Amino acid sequence: MADADFARIALPHLDAAYTLARWLVRERAAAEDVVQEAMLRALTYFASYRGDDPRAWLLRIVRNTAYDRLARTRDAREEPLDAQGAHGHLADPGRGPEGEYAASEASRRLREALATLPVELRECIVLRELEEMSYRDIARITGVPVGTVMSRLFRGRQLLVRLGQTAGAKESLP
Amino acid sequence: MTHSVAACEEMRLLIQADLDRELDAAATAVLTAHVQDCPACAALQRDLGDLSGRLRGALMAERAPAALRAALEAKLIPAPVIPLRPARTRLLALTAFGAGAAIAAAIALAVIPARHDDGLAELVAGHVRALQPGHLTDVVSSDQHTVKPWFDGRIDYAPPVVDFAAQGFVLVGGRLDYIGGRPVAALVYRKDKHPIDLFVWPGQGNAAPETSGRDGYAVVGWSGEGMVFRAVSDLNGPELAAFAALWRRRP
Repeated sequence: MADADFARIALPHLDAAYTLARWLVRERAAAEDVVQEAMLRALTYFASYRGDDPRAWLLRIVRNTAYDRLARTRDAREEPLDAQGAHGHLADPGRGPEGEYAASEASRRLREALATLPVELRECIVLRELEEMSYRDIARITGVPVGTVMSRLFRGRQLLVRLGQTAGAKESLP
Repeated sequence: MTHSVAACEEMRLLIQADLDRELDAAATAVLTAHVQDCPACAALQRDLGDLSGRLRGALMAERAPAALRAALEAKLIPAPVIPLRPARTRLLALTAFGAGAAIAAAIALAVIPARHDDGLAELVAGHVRALQPGHLTDVVSSDQHTVKPWFDGRIDYAPPVVDFAAQGFVLVGGRLDYIGGRPVAALVYRKDKHPIDLFVWPGQGNAAPETSGRDGYAVVGWSGEGMVFRAVSDLNGPELAAFAALWRRRP
């Protein structure tokens, strides 16, 4: 009954898995592929699952699957995170999840800005602000130390704050 | 009071950790004292808090597409086991052990009919749910060649689809339903004004139609061709049995 156990543990987190995949690989079809593949990988790894937080366990596999895909497809919009974290200019946001909400203009702009961040910063912010995960769980999922999670989160947030201020300043011009 | 750049650098991650509820009481006290007389750090605290609030308003969890969910459920959840009437035979087998099995039989009496009932209850519930306006069919067609391919990719098996319009049982469409926790093909028919759901899923055996009922609905179950069939309707039992007989007799 391993299949039944796996389904009981993994399927409740399908929406979270899909949401993360959307924010990592952007396109709907690509996200669906990633989730499919991640679920099958998870099923193979299930024998070694030790009963820790199933959402973090599954999201780590989704995250790794998404990274494999990004490496394979060499998405031109993905730019490597430079060591200094300067990242002064912005990438093309592409058609990510932000394209599909019908919410306020400010929210749309914020999602677009998030979509332009390097994937290493983007994932930390999505896991923290949307999935409300602890630093420890984010570190587990992304495979970096907690200190790195904190500095990536900070850099990502700093960029978003600045982008918001630039946008606000432009709007207030006559 | 002004602070050294190094002190403020250190405070940044504390401000963030405080916002993320990751800060212990001692560090919170240090942070609070610093922010009170450092306008730059107070501004950063406001900015990050404001950003966090805006992000929570702007980001929402996505729903996995239904087709993806159905495909994964079909792949991951084992086939349902819905006995239509195994309870009585199992009970007979238990009582045959004699007095020593009295306790087991008493437990079986309490437990097995409930399980037996659950299978029926789920089928009838699926049927009743589908009777809500607009819920009966996902694909509306009286053409079996339209209904059959509609299930491709939605479930991992191909249910047989046959129209019996000539005999009064008109195929009107199909939908996916969830029985035993997995997606199952439901074919929708009409006999006069009465809707009939025929649930079909893969299963072994070759059992002749058997009629039972629950909550005023008739349920007829049989198996064959590698599939298990359960028809549910408000038709009376003999009429629904006639529908089952058509399925069994078809070439």
